[in-house]
Amino acid sequence: MAAQISPMRARLASPVGVTTVTGLGVVLLLAVFGPILWGTQAEATSVADRLLGASWQHPFGTDELGRDVLARVLAGTRTSVLLALGATGIAVALGIVLGLLPTVLPRVLRRMLTGLIDILLAFPWLLLALFFSAIWGASATGAMLAVGFAGIPAFARLNYTLASSIMGRDYVRAARIVGVGPLGVLVRHVLPNAAGPLLVNAAVHASGALLSFAGLSFLGLGVQSPEYDWGRLLREGIARIYVNPMAAIGPGIAIVVTGLLLTLVSDVFATTPRRGALIRNGLRGLRPARRAGSMRAASASPLELADEAAVVSSARELRIAFPGADGGAVERVHGVDLEIAPGEVVGIVGESGSGKSITAMALAGLIEQPGAVTADELRFRGVDLLAPSSPVSKRQLGLELAMVFQDPLTSLNPALTIGRQLTEAVEVHEGVSRAEARERARQALASVGIPDPERRLGQYPHEFSGGMRQRAMIAMGLMGSPRLIVADEPTTALDVTVQRQVLQNLRRAQALTRTAVLFISHDIALVAGFCDRVLVMKDGVVVEQLAADRLLVDAQHPYTKALIACVPDMTSDRTRPLPVIGETGAVRRAS
Amino acid sequence: MTDFQIENLQVRYGSGSHAHLAVDDVSLRVPEGRTLGLVGESGSGKSSIAAAAVGLVRPSSGAIRLDGVDVSGRGSAARAMRRRIQLVFQDPFSALDPRMPIGASIAEATRATGRRWSRAEKADRVSELLQRVHIDPSRAGELPGAFSGGQRQRITIARALAGEPEVLIADEITSALDVSVQGVILNLLRELQGDLGLTVLFISHNLAVVRYVSHELCVMRHGRVVETGETEAVLASPADPYTAELLRAVPVLGERLDLGATA
Repeated sequence: MAAQISPMRARLASPVGVTTVTGLGVVLLLAVFGPILWGTQAEATSVADRLLGASWQHPFGTDELGRDVLARVLAGTRTSVLLALGATGIAVALGIVLGLLPTVLPRVLRRMLTGLIDILLAFPWLLLALFFSAIWGASATGAMLAVGFAGIPAFARLNYTLASSIMGRDYVRAARIVGVGPLGVLVRHVLPNAAGPLLVNAAVHASGALLSFAGLSFLGLGVQSPEYDWGRLLREGIARIYVNPMAAIGPGIAIVVTGLLLTLVSDVFATTPRRGALIRNGLRGLRPARRAGSMRAASASPLELADEAAVVSSARELRIAFPGADGGAVERVHGVDLEIAPGEVVGIVGESGSGKSITAMALAGLIEQPGAVTADELRFRGVDLLAPSSPVSKRQLGLELAMVFQDPLTSLNPALTIGRQLTEAVEVHEGVSRAEARERARQALASVGIPDPERRLGQYPHEFSGGMRQRAMIAMGLMGSPRLIVADEPTTALDVTVQRQVLQNLRRAQALTRTAVLFISHDIALVAGFCDRVLVMKDGVVVEQLAADRLLVDAQHPYTKALIACVPDMTSDRTRPLPVIGETGAVRRAS
Repeated sequence: MTDFQIENLQVRYGSGSHAHLAVDDVSLRVPEGRTLGLVGESGSGKSSIAAAAVGLVRPSSGAIRLDGVDVSGRGSAARAMRRRIQLVFQDPFSALDPRMPIGASIAEATRATGRRWSRAEKADRVSELLQRVHIDPSRAGELPGAFSGGQRQRITIARALAGEPEVLIADEITSALDVSVQGVILNLLRELQGDLGLTVLFISHNLAVVRYVSHELCVMRHGRVVETGETEAVLASPADPYTAELLRAVPVLGERLDLGATA
């Protein structure tokens, strides 16, 4: 529970939150007490004081009956706010009903109702408001009904969309399975989960409604004399704007400030994505960045091949930190040492949160702000990844480093053909002709076992199956002269038989080019079966590393042993409970 | 006596030329108090069978019978019988209402029993179920966000049990979890089956996991059953080439992955 409340508190305590709460507090107080305190003054006519300019006595001046404009603005708060809230209430309440109704109706009726909502949405809502106010006549109630009804289609649509998405969640399915009826589902599950976005939109809508009333009253369609709201005051003031500007600016300020405050409410209540999600999405966004950046890099300078060093990739004391929830840095990887020899296949195995993926990202130089990488040494084939990148180093990384991710849909550009994405890097970096690049792409696709590569080159990523996309990613890595392929859970989203085929292709590509591979997975059997050497990571630390074929014999660390023991395999004793990993990370055999 | 069987089941999505036959003439039977493992790759139709059994999709033909009653029908008898089949979902993060305390989620599921529960009875039942899945009952008032993935999955199992089901369908319940948590869930499932005598349909793409929990095995491909039988017997001598291919693709610890000839 605490986790649910504290972010809200933090948002309310922020400068924006404090401003909004105090501001709205003042507006509400004015709405309640304004007419009581200034009501008489606002109505008191005094012919002697008519049409005065701004002065200390009358900061906003007086109108043609000698009434104090400031008092009228303050006293008019109630009418303006009530009208805006009333209209928003109508729009939200009926919008919820109309939006939720289709989710429980049979299909034909649902189609008709959503169709009707869509048609109404096509009309600009001010037009609808004018239409309704023509029906109900020019009065305050008429304007409120008009603005309220005009807002219904938008809220109905929003509700329908929210509800449809929530209805598809497993927890709604679970409720249906236990026998909760359609109405029960709406009240118990849909409404509470839709409340957040609804509240935000209602606040924005209230702000819009306030402006609409100002507009309608200004046009003479809203509040009628002797009643007055801010729009009416604006209308009266505007006629004399050259004589007494404050008579128009005063109500204008009230409208703008209240409108802004209502908009700010939505800002304060809008649920911000959790920081973890931000980092994940940030990383996802970063992934292709290296490639794109390297493509743009100058290709004029000749590629200085680093000496065939003894290591492809080396890291000493690698530490990676990300900003935590409280703003401080949280170290996620605590001093990892790793060297990868040319042609070596190294595996990192660990559970989610063990730091295996970000370690690999750092080895590829892909961690960027707000992540912070420190190390005694972090090199890829002689390129210092801790130093600022130069066009030459970018180019080398672009050609010699390949990445294969779990979900290739996010690392392949959906708007470009596979052929274009394969050829771009070499065309830019190596300056080969388009025809030659295409021929190389064709060979690369063929070498990873994609049938009919010529036709496939012209297709888009969505036309490829999951396994095919992973093969295309591997092929993309083969286009340059790869020295290291980083494969981060490349087969986790795939079926086992497809996994086997993709690994076959990866292995063949590795054998063909003698490139090194850094293979990351949570599946220790898979890592051990595919790699030469295995690193076991837990909580940002490499707890053990050993030769893959010695894993069963040489494993010393309790966590490694536990990982081996806790996964059922084809020889597990089915009559006994599985050993589980205890709090300490050591294996605990159930009795 | 629980008798759960599926007869000539067909599930079709879409209509006309876009129709897709997800389940094509599948018949299977889960003996009382036993676990039938349903294994197959994505798109093989195994989850559609689960959805049809609990009434989330309507089969286009065939029957799903519990004690002789076809639960896929529209009548109230079918509906009441259907609630005796409960489902545990794959993703514990989307299977619990993020705005509803876990105790309330479990209490809500007691209505599947068809009996009236007083507030006190519900509270007792919730804490009993939480204890059963090894979650501290005093945390019943907390929201799902306060629990880890493994704990959430145990809570969803408790919710499924709240309906006092005779048949429990577990649809890929460990594939969204870390391996260390997977063992805990599998042990729990075995323990519950032993204690409650549940009849379980266990769906997974992971052959090793299915082998570990299932007495019997049913291999599906493209919406059809390709092989079925006692788990050990099927795995020892697979009769269908697809079963053999699946077996070969499972990585075995301590063995180099058999990737065929590499160039």
